[in-house]
Amino acid sequence: MFSPDLESMNPAKRKELQLERLRWSVRHAYERNAHYRKAFDAAGFHPDRLRTLDDLRRVPFLTKQEMRENSPYGLFAVPMKDVVRVHSSSGTTGNATVVGYTRNDIDLWSTLMARTIAAAGGSSEDVLQVAYGYGLFTGGLGAHYGGEKLGATVIPISGGNSDRQLMLLQDFGTTMLACTPSYAINLVDFASKHMPGFDFRKTRLRRGIFGAEPWTEAMRQEIETRMGIDAFDIYGLSEVIGPGVSCECSAKRGLHVFEDAFYVEIIDPDTGEVLPEGEQGEIVYTSLTKECCPVIRYRSRDITRLYREPCSCGRTLIKMDKVRGRSDDMLIIRGVNVFPSQIEALLMEIEGVEPHYQIVVDRRGALDDIEVRVEVEEAIFSDELKVMNALSEKIAARMRSILGISAKITLVEPSGIERSQGKAKRVIDKRHLN
Amino acid sequence: MNITQLSVFLENKPGRLQHILKVLADRAINIQTLTIAEVSDFGILRMIVNKPDEAYAALKAEHVTCSRTDVLAVALEDTPGALYRLVDTFSKRSLNIEYMYAYTDRHGEHSIMIFRFDDVEAAKRALQEEGYTVMRRSDIHTE
Repeated sequence: MFSPDLESMNPAKRKELQLERLRWSVRHAYERNAHYRKAFDAAGFHPDRLRTLDDLRRVPFLTKQEMRENSPYGLFAVPMKDVVRVHSSSGTTGNATVVGYTRNDIDLWSTLMARTIAAAGGSSEDVLQVAYGYGLFTGGLGAHYGGEKLGATVIPISGGNSDRQLMLLQDFGTTMLACTPSYAINLVDFASKHMPGFDFRKTRLRRGIFGAEPWTEAMRQEIETRMGIDAFDIYGLSEVIGPGVSCECSAKRGLHVFEDAFYVEIIDPDTGEVLPEGEQGEIVYTSLTKECCPVIRYRSRDITRLYREPCSCGRTLIKMDKVRGRSDDMLIIRGVNVFPSQIEALLMEIEGVEPHYQIVVDRRGALDDIEVRVEVEEAIFSDELKVMNALSEKIAARMRSILGISAKITLVEPSGIERSQGKAKRVIDKRHLN
Repeated sequence: MNITQLSVFLENKPGRLQHILKVLADRAINIQTLTIAEVSDFGILRMIVNKPDEAYAALKAEHVTCSRTDVLAVALEDTPGALYRLVDTFSKRSLNIEYMYAYTDRHGEHSIMIFRFDDVEAAKRALQEEGYTVMRRSDIHTE
């Protein structure tokens, strides 16, 4: 553990620490930022009234929409002379949101990422290849500063350029890889297609930390088997700090949330009501020590569950499930809730189907049509039509029985599906429902 | 050694077949015969070419999904009833033909029948027992 005193703290002690920090954070936001002051006043809430952690329920939520409306600097709570860095979300829907960091914020973030890397078994002995994109996206620099804080040797290669990634991985003796899970699979595919002599098992690579997009257990197994490594899920969002919000440990059973830095709640996404521990809903974040951009009850749109259980790693931090999907990404098809990650898991289960797929949703008349385009690699290709037809029928049947939706399955040529070097574009929604 | 058929996965879109043909043309690979089996969205192109291994490598390099399939080739007299008698050989032994296609040899005297079986070796034995000459690799391929 990088910060054993905080990570394995007695839970009652931690609650005291959280309350003390929460009171500072809420007051800081109220006194130093006009948006928060206006919103708290409108809700009839004053920071003096925060006496217990539960009192936070009286504080209004901060939505993604409000973040966008206040872009770029409207949610900063320090003067610009104290801001040393800005990042921006990838902004997949609408405007990007901008977040700022003071020197202390960068130090906090670096420490959280050092803790994340250490939880995956990393140490100052490791050579960390950071293949997340560098730049406005928080992935690259977040992992970079965390690696340095831990004392690991950081290779700041950034995303893309697969042949160079693989050459460096081999020649520089990379022991740990940080990138999106889809890019990890992309790298394995690239090696098998273009570098016939390349064998991951003959490299020094032992573990990887993967995040920035939802992924499945089946993808973990594929990465672990094909790369011969341990793969860990890491989670974060730029609005809250970037990667370093929660991470898996050696147990690979849920992600520990860094509760000394963030207070977390699960709410019903429709009513906003706080749900008891263990129930699934939207996770809401409150930062406890951030200076530049305090987030108070930020609605993440991420759907998960929070629970406490003794963990073999010794951490007493609360756990969250792997995020099943964003409530933003959730597709409602003929009234059925479907996450792209569920379709992915199903494709992975059908032997040989690599997870290169795209979901196209359209509306014909009053009915939604869903089409899943699956790439045909040689492993699943047959010269016989009946075998190919049986494959599409099997996928369609599994979707009907598991997800309860009827989909058209289209078999397409490899790379007929757009594949970005970073986040894979999985869904095309042509319905224009808004 | 049997005859190698090249099987290619093709999306049913303009330019896809042309792309495959260009890859082969650029490498001076000759196509003896081809057939396409299709459904609405995609087709499977099956070809007999003079250099199947070279063609396979060239298509792979272009990220085309393709595979090599063992098939049987039989030269038949171009006379009525010849194909009937040949197929009867398989029927008698309950050997199921997955698919077949044909072309005429250079001199126009023989039809070359291409057969795809699940069990190639059983089909080959059946033909030899009935006195047919199964074509050798060197009769068709030049590599």
